[in-house]
Amino acid sequence: MKPFTYERAGSPQAAVASAAAHPGARFIAGGTNLLDLMKLEIETPAHLIDVNGLGLDQIEGTADGGLRIGALVRNSDLAADARVRRDYALLARALLSGASGQLRNRATTAGNLLQRTRCPYFYDSDLPCNKRLPGSGCAALGGYSRQHAILGVSEACIAAHPSDMAVALRALDAVVETLRPDGSTRSLALADFHRLPGETPQVEHALEPGELIVAVTLPPPPGGRHVYRKVRDRASYAFALVAVAVIVQPDGRGRVALGGVAPKPWRLEAAEAELPRGASAVATALLAEARTTRENAYKTLLVERTLAAALAEARS
Amino acid sequence: MDDCLHLKITRRRLLIASAVSASAAALPSLSGAASRDAPQTAAAPVQQRVRLRINGEVHSLELDTRTTLLDALREHLQLTGTKKGCDHGQCGACTVLLDGRRINACLTLAVMHEGAELTTIEGLGTPGRLHPMQAAFVKHDAFQCGYCTPGQICSALGMLDELRAGQPSHVSADLEAAPTLSADEIRERMSGNLCRCGAYSNLVEAITEAAGSRA
Repeated sequence: MKPFTYERAGSPQAAVASAAAHPGARFIAGGTNLLDLMKLEIETPAHLIDVNGLGLDQIEGTADGGLRIGALVRNSDLAADARVRRDYALLARALLSGASGQLRNRATTAGNLLQRTRCPYFYDSDLPCNKRLPGSGCAALGGYSRQHAILGVSEACIAAHPSDMAVALRALDAVVETLRPDGSTRSLALADFHRLPGETPQVEHALEPGELIVAVTLPPPPGGRHVYRKVRDRASYAFALVAVAVIVQPDGRGRVALGGVAPKPWRLEAAEAELPRGASAVATALLAEARTTRENAYKTLLVERTLAAALAEARS
Repeated sequence: MDDCLHLKITRRRLLIASAVSASAAALPSLSGAASRDAPQTAAAPVQQRVRLRINGEVHSLELDTRTTLLDALREHLQLTGTKKGCDHGQCGACTVLLDGRRINACLTLAVMHEGAELTTIEGLGTPGRLHPMQAAFVKHDAFQCGYCTPGQICSALGMLDELRAGQPSHVSADLEAAPTLSADEIRERMSGNLCRCGAYSNLVEAITEAAGSRA
């Protein structure tokens, strides 16, 4: 690990001011991904700003009947919240399908959104990776790619976003609230938060330098039946090969988001219009632009079948 | 030959990276591109003071900011009961209780825990007076080599508190109901602790008995 200076920020304003004053700084919350990457010297911040003491750890109802989740709410606390379990079951289920008990106790809402890919070539500094070292190439394209993305990929990068939580938040129309160093705030739809790789896979999200996530807001409960179905190599504590989040209303309308198949949580509202025609029609619409490798081509069939199973469960 | 060697290394690294598990928690202030373009000062090691309350005793330490909580325990306080397995949050051998909640000590910095209350395996029992969870592990032969055991025991205690507090798990059928102890619940909730000797069935029995229930 490279040496760094460390400070505990006293307020969100102080945190963003410090970030602006320290180029190359990182905010640290749970640290479960950042510290791992720092040990491998994939992340080498010169300064760490600890945001754990900022009081951003509350879950509050909003005026319109939604929920405002503080950036520092731990994944385990969010999944255990009575309102989340009752009104946003999709989110609780997605959180509980990710990581381990120990990790969920530290990992935070904002940190989960910002976690980086688990592409093995991103972690292996002996091999090319355009995300880790822009311009060096992509070792995954001709390498082991059975875990990689099939949607939203580019010639530069086929890494998948690893989050389960973000898939549920995408289906729930979540909004990310931030604070910038100049004191201004803004709201970003989760749909617009993560970036597709294109030719710049090192740019993963829409945050500006020094910008801090302070909360994630959910609209009023969508109702309907919520199912989060995750397929992985073992029954627990593994990243998704394919994950499907569905919300199905009594009249058959609904929402569908996918995890494990793209560089961001994947949702196409146009595909949701196919729901009355069944899983196969929805999958066909979702996968129209899929670009597979020899090793991850199985994911297209797995998406269709997992979606069929999730819809059957939601309609049972 | 070279290709063969390269393939082997790659596959091994692939397996390591594939297993890297975390639901994560960093809040990078900068986009990846910006941070890479920004000047990175090659700073000299930085020392910082931190006070930790460990097993009821206050310790004041002057540490390199890079010191993980795990290394602070093992290398600076000689509390070597907490084990270093993978050092990447994948195996659970370093599990300790931070303010009563189980965490991976390898994935957090010591300086982040000023004033925190920590419980390690050394704080649970003594050879002559075992904690009930320790006694149940001995009775049910819930280990072989013993390396994962301190983490398993701390994790089991944290896990039972979570269950008693009504936190659901991935295998809880009803999200809104209070979860009940069962072998399936224990297996799911303990999945962050690996045992290479494969003592899993005895681990479930030991934890079930210590929980005071024959679920």
